[in-house]
Amino acid sequence: MSDALAGLYQQVILDHSKQRTGFGELEHADAQRFERNPTCGDEITLQIDMEPGTDRIASLAWHGSGCSISQASASVLAGLAPGLTTVELHTTIDEFRTMMRSRGVGEPDEDLLGDAVVFQGVSKYVMRVKCAMLSWVALEGCLADVA
Amino acid sequence: MSPVATDISARTTARTSAETLSEEDVALLRQDFPALAEIVNGEPLAYLDSGATAQRPRQVLGAERDFLIHSNAAVHRGAHTLAGLATEAYEDARATVADFVGAQADEIVWTSNATDALNLVAYGIANASHGRGGEPARRFALVAGDEIVVTEAEHHANLVPWQELAAVTGATLRYIPVDDNGVWDAAAAASVITSRTRVVAFAHVSNVTGFVAPVAEVVAVAHANGALVVLDACQSAPHRSLNLAELDVDFAAFSGHKMLGPTGIGVLYGRAELLNALPPFRTGGSMITTVTMEGADYLPAPQRFEAGTQPVSQAVALAEAVRYLQRVGLDRIEAREEELAERMLMGLAGIDGIRVVGQPLGSPRAGLVSFDVAGVHAHDVGQFLDAQGIAVRVGHHCAQPLHRRLGLTATTRASAYLYTTTGEVDRFIAAVAGVRPYFGVA
Ligand SMILES: Cc1ncc(COP(=O)(O)O)c(C=O)c1O
Repeated sequence: MSDALAGLYQQVILDHSKQRTGFGELEHADAQRFERNPTCGDEITLQIDMEPGTDRIASLAWHGSGCSISQASASVLAGLAPGLTTVELHTTIDEFRTMMRSRGVGEPDEDLLGDAVVFQGVSKYVMRVKCAMLSWVALEGCLADVA
Repeated sequence: MSPVATDISARTTARTSAETLSEEDVALLRQDFPALAEIVNGEPLAYLDSGATAQRPRQVLGAERDFLIHSNAAVHRGAHTLAGLATEAYEDARATVADFVGAQADEIVWTSNATDALNLVAYGIANASHGRGGEPARRFALVAGDEIVVTEAEHHANLVPWQELAAVTGATLRYIPVDDNGVWDAAAAASVITSRTRVVAFAHVSNVTGFVAPVAEVVAVAHANGALVVLDACQSAPHRSLNLAELDVDFAAFSGHKMLGPTGIGVLYGRAELLNALPPFRTGGSMITTVTMEGADYLPAPQRFEAGTQPVSQAVALAEAVRYLQRVGLDRIEAREEELAERMLMGLAGIDGIRVVGQPLGSPRAGLVSFDVAGVHAHDVGQFLDAQGIAVRVGHHCAQPLHRRLGLTATTRASAYLYTTTGEVDRFIAAVAGVRPYFGVA
């Protein structure tokens, strides 16, 4: 059993689910989205703040409750997003979604996804894909709001 | 390390095989359930999710297949031989299920599941409130100021339809609050039910806590106030002997798939007098006497509620499931599940960081246990158990208000049935003991 589980719960994921990057609230936010996974009740509120006069994200914060996959995914995203433009983020989110729909096959672009490639193991577990996507969908909503 | 106490209780060990199912009885009847022989993630399946849906014995699978091969036809339509055979089988199935719950055949309405049955009652009352059903239906009509009472522990299936009914009639939805353990009692019910109460709807057995409701007391208070009682029997009908006439409830609902039967078939029980007065929820073919371009007259119950082509093979298979349960004996099933629940509770009590929801050890509880693991989300608990072939339910179990009241978003639930072995329970306990160490919180 441990082999199968190890593919899902990579150490990076377990670490991120405990030391959560970006967990908290921003003092000023240009956009905020709330997302909920109705099957399990997991919730996230995600906020972004833009660098003034640019389409570059200055900071991202989130809070909410959920399983280790959803928490780690939000944490990884919070490490990845600041400094990227909305266009770059759309590309990254698309790549992440493609990977999450890959059912464990395919070759995700590591340059684009960074640490987020560890979620490829999650894509084999159809029931858990939504957990990993939750924060990314929230960010997509925020990007639409600042566009 | 074995957190399971070796001796469950003096009372348990003193039970005879006439009173409970022995390990040998269970081993024998498991041979009837092909799904239980599955290998999941390299391990023998330990199916502890019968509270969501039960596995089916080959007798039930066979009955459905035989019907489809030899007698398949639409019922109550047409005059050919197969149509006759199908109609007979369909009505025999109704009589079998009626007998199973202490009802008359015409008090049993086929629905697609319990959710559908509860909606049938709620929307029937809504239609009566809008003047449908004429004089006989006036007894159901709700107006502003009337109250519908549910409990805070209800499954969404026995909550949302009543919210809708309140919204369309102007009635007020009130609820019997649960205590910090997520359970309630007759006194709490009596303080909410008043002369304004017109409907009281609650689960006989909670799908989250296994709490067994004080039905007789609630029925007495409700009827003394002139209210109708709707019993959600989803978690009781499969697991204990049930006599709805004796319980004196007005309506009751349960699902076939939780009692060894197929999906797509459920049951609404209603006292004959009430069913014949309640306006139909769904209308169309097979539920009418005369139809003109201006209107239609409806058949008496139960046909007036069974519009459209019916789930015949499912009804036939459900009757076979009922016969299977009757052969094993509902009292023995109930006793066995109580022992298994006790074994789960004692095992979980020996593990750090486990909070079991519901009444404390020693109070009556059906064969299911829901719990929180400190520091680990229920989804992760479920995934960890699944990797060892152990199937449990995780989430809010369609009872968000109850979980919110308990300060939890999700729990893990293990539920037993007549085919559950003590070995499976022990595997489950041992696996749960490994959860917090694995996720690094202990
Ligand atoms: C207590 C209770 N009520 C209602 C239901 C709804 O049953 P179904 O989904 O079969 O309609 C369930 C099962 O999920 C239940 O456990």
